[in-house]
Amino acid sequence: MSQSYRINNEGLLNRNKEISFKFNGTKYTGYEGDTLASALLANGIHLVGRSFKYHRPRGFFGAGVEEPNAKLQILLNGHSEPNVNATEFELVEGIEATSQNCWPSVKFDLGAINNYLSKFFPAGFYYKTFKWPKSFWYKVYEPFIRKIAGFGIASLEKDKERYEHKYEYCDLLVTGSGPAGLSSAYAAAKNGAKVILVEDKPRFGGSLLTDDVTIDNLSGKAWTDKIITQLKEMPNVIVRNRSQVFGYYDHNMTVMIERTGDHLKDKPKYVPRQRLWYIRAKEVILSTGSIERPIVFGNNDTPGVFLSAAAKEYIKVYGVLVGKKPLIFTNNDSGYETALEFKKHGIDPIILDTREEHTSELIDSAKNQNIKIKFSYAVIAANGYKKVNSAQIGRLNKDKTSFVNSETIECDCICVSGFWTPTVHLASQSGNKLKFDDKIDAFVPDKSKQNETSIGASKGTFTLQDTLDEGFKKGFDLSKKITSNNNSISTPSSNEIKKSLHDKFWCSPLPKNKNFKRFVDFQNDVSVSDIEVALREGYRSIEHVKRYTTLGMATDQGRTSNLNGLQLVANVEKKIVPQVGHTTFRPPFTPITIGTIVGREVDMEYMPTRKTPMHSWHEKNNAVFVDAGAWKRPRYYKQGNENLFEASKREAKNVREHVGICDVTTLGKIDIKGPDAAEFLNRVYTNGWSKLSIGKARYGVMLREDGIVMDDGTTTRISENHYHMTTTTAQAANVLSHLEYYLQIVWPELKVNVLSTTEQWAGAALAGPKSRDLLAKLFPNLDVSNEALPFMGYTEGNLFGIKAKIFRISFSGELAYEINVESNYGLFMWEKIMEIGKEFNIQPYGTEALSFLRIEMGHVAGPELDGRTIPYDVSLEGLVSNKKDFVGKRSLQKEAFNKLDRQKLVGLVPTDKKTNIPEGSHLVMDKNAKLPNPKLGHVSSSCWSVENNNPFSLAIVKDGKNMIGKKLFAVSPLKDFAVEVEVISSHYVDQEGKRVRS
Amino acid sequence: MLYIKCPFCGYRSQKEFAYGGDGTIKRPELNQEISDEKWNEFVYLRKSPNGKHIELWHHVAGCRQWFKVQRDTVTHEIFQTTKMNEEIK
Repeated sequence: MSQSYRINNEGLLNRNKEISFKFNGTKYTGYEGDTLASALLANGIHLVGRSFKYHRPRGFFGAGVEEPNAKLQILLNGHSEPNVNATEFELVEGIEATSQNCWPSVKFDLGAINNYLSKFFPAGFYYKTFKWPKSFWYKVYEPFIRKIAGFGIASLEKDKERYEHKYEYCDLLVTGSGPAGLSSAYAAAKNGAKVILVEDKPRFGGSLLTDDVTIDNLSGKAWTDKIITQLKEMPNVIVRNRSQVFGYYDHNMTVMIERTGDHLKDKPKYVPRQRLWYIRAKEVILSTGSIERPIVFGNNDTPGVFLSAAAKEYIKVYGVLVGKKPLIFTNNDSGYETALEFKKHGIDPIILDTREEHTSELIDSAKNQNIKIKFSYAVIAANGYKKVNSAQIGRLNKDKTSFVNSETIECDCICVSGFWTPTVHLASQSGNKLKFDDKIDAFVPDKSKQNETSIGASKGTFTLQDTLDEGFKKGFDLSKKITSNNNSISTPSSNEIKKSLHDKFWCSPLPKNKNFKRFVDFQNDVSVSDIEVALREGYRSIEHVKRYTTLGMATDQGRTSNLNGLQLVANVEKKIVPQVGHTTFRPPFTPITIGTIVGREVDMEYMPTRKTPMHSWHEKNNAVFVDAGAWKRPRYYKQGNENLFEASKREAKNVREHVGICDVTTLGKIDIKGPDAAEFLNRVYTNGWSKLSIGKARYGVMLREDGIVMDDGTTTRISENHYHMTTTTAQAANVLSHLEYYLQIVWPELKVNVLSTTEQWAGAALAGPKSRDLLAKLFPNLDVSNEALPFMGYTEGNLFGIKAKIFRISFSGELAYEINVESNYGLFMWEKIMEIGKEFNIQPYGTEALSFLRIEMGHVAGPELDGRTIPYDVSLEGLVSNKKDFVGKRSLQKEAFNKLDRQKLVGLVPTDKKTNIPEGSHLVMDKNAKLPNPKLGHVSSSCWSVENNNPFSLAIVKDGKNMIGKKLFAVSPLKDFAVEVEVISSHYVDQEGKRVRS
Repeated sequence: MLYIKCPFCGYRSQKEFAYGGDGTIKRPELNQEISDEKWNEFVYLRKSPNGKHIELWHHVAGCRQWFKVQRDTVTHEIFQTTKMNEEIK
């Protein structure tokens, strides 16, 4: 029975292109242009899933974004995606779809036992049942709930698809291409505005594709095509289909997902799967249309129950009959339109109209076609388990609160229409407080908070001519406001059949002694009785009822359940719907893939990678890199089978004995210029700068206003009014912002300019006793003697034709220099140094060896300047001037900062001289003390002292000054680790600092 | 995401800016005696107004200028942005 529900000569499919696919293991075919839903329905497949809580059989209910049931797992090109809405997913050759939330199969699901136990699963079931004991939560309850109440299965594979982000700006964004959207976009575009028109579905036109109307004597489809063709040709218009605005944020920024690749079988390599658009529009027109709402009745979730407009769409767009014996159940004229479509294809529908007998153009039309109509009738319940096979119907009493009779009528589908609900999600997200419109029994947008305007069905305008009038007017008005142009076009005339008033009937009463489940929210299995229970238990606020019963909380955001739920609460509470209010609409309007949100910010693109000019050399020489912010820095250079520890020891030792070279390009560099530069440095550093002469460098410490050390580094006076500041790699950006803050806001009178030059200079540090000999060979014409270039001296030189800055500064505690050249020459400099340094046994060293060297010298760095320490704590109090004021100085007077037992930097060696002390360990007096064991401090940095050949650490300890010589324990309770340590000075090597001055 | 008018560059997306806190705080003059209370107030105490707020923003991914923004902290409406040496009216 291949596509036995497909009808000829109808629909907008490409019948020449058959597409085969699999559903639950069986092969089917459809046509190009089908959705997965329409293709399955063409093959007579209705049962596609099991419900969330009771595991009841579920089929298709809608034909688009409103679908609550048909969420499938899709496998395409080896990529498995859960919770795909089958009514929106375009059929692609070779896909495999499977049902979710059922075991062992959708046809026989053991979980369906829940349906018979449903009285044990009342509203708030989870809150009531899984309370105790606590330990049962993660062992019993959670695994149980996860197993039975699931949607699809998330793939454990890495998502290999490509996603992109895009920013766009426009005068007018029009969301939705139905009659309202088309006319407003057209009018605005013709008036010179920059317009973006977007349509969620693959086809433009919205209701024009399914309604029996004419505009300018053209069919809805033909008029749509004409307008879209014109819009696409205009240079000031962007038109996108398969694109849905799902979020409306501040300052008129909307976010849209464009499904660029999901419908393509062989997607070209660089076409993304989906693209996220950030659109900033001066004005937004919300022409999002409306969604039909169901009438609630017994077993209304049985497969075969459809929204009547969905049934019509399946015929008109896809040429698919959702049944061959349809029962139409309606409270308004829309059901008749569906009935007439069935009739056109030789199917005899029966209409149940909850209204009393009356006439309208549509009703007459149905009567003329001999369609059987039963007025004042309603469906009591659908019969059939996995598919509707008949319906129990009855005649309503006068006030429609009970049935006066009951009969069974054969049918294979029930198409239900309970009138229309404007799609107000985006308006609400924009901050528009909605108001209730009695005429249509639904919420519509009220006053705009941002520049948005709802038109057409989304604001409750349900007739075509009014919609077109609104569209052309608003499109023109808004564009005029922006462009000041005045080219208006007249509204085309249209034709549509007039409709009579709808009826407020929304839920069939239960006959006596009958206990049919009547679902309000299909996706979360919330029935009338669940909401009644919640109200009986005292939940009043609609927000509480929502959370207790989960009404409207599923991925369909209650698109078909929201108003019926409110109506029910209002009835029970003897209120009217506007008094009940509505729950909050939040983005996203439909589920969005994580990949789309992330975009290209994955793997290497997660953040920029900063490489120094010498990176390629490091790579060639077996450097193992470490991330330092966005920078890649060599951590060590691997030789043979060395590990990190062995290599670092070797590299550090070579510095102490010969000479090493380290890439220090990543240090932050800030150029400071201006006549007040020295005064500025005086104010931002703790130490004095007035007396620094030209050609000299000085180490400086910077505080925050709260007295905490912010950063340290050297600053060199290059010329009279020119200073070169270095910062730590990590704080470079913060320090620049900090300096700019003080210059621009606090002391704008200072004539100083600051500029980041981090990337303009490549830097190499030469450290070790042989570094001067090497320097002399690098700069043969330069006097590099201790007298000519003393410690903290600066000079400039010519490095084989390249201008170089030479700083005699040291982080390793050895005789050391830093050479800076313009970035482009970085590699040249490095290679020259390596070549000439060979005779001095030069070796490169990485950040690990760098740490070894600075730690055993007692030089503080990031782990000590951790945002919690003041100068005293890290033994920098000698650099705090008492002669001048500076940023953060007043805070240093704080009582806590001046306590006698204030924490202080110390050194630690394990008493066994062997055991490494893990960084982060706590320091305690007694490792066996009762918990909580008083913490005296923590280990901030650990290394292997290459000088003394044993482990050494820096630590910040309470009353550190008086702890020297004491024995403590470094403990890690998590790792059950403890080592006895002796507290010593933080200067473990060269305490007098002779080497740097040698 | 806010749309902020940098007084130097014009409208730019919030992504280009960094927030800088209360824009009405004035740092005490250097070399002045100041009580613990006053200093504490300057360093730590900030109002968290419900409504209009004058704040600092820094165009870090642009011209790198600090400037003042008057914004409603509830609705995010921005009433005015000015250079540092101009007054919010």
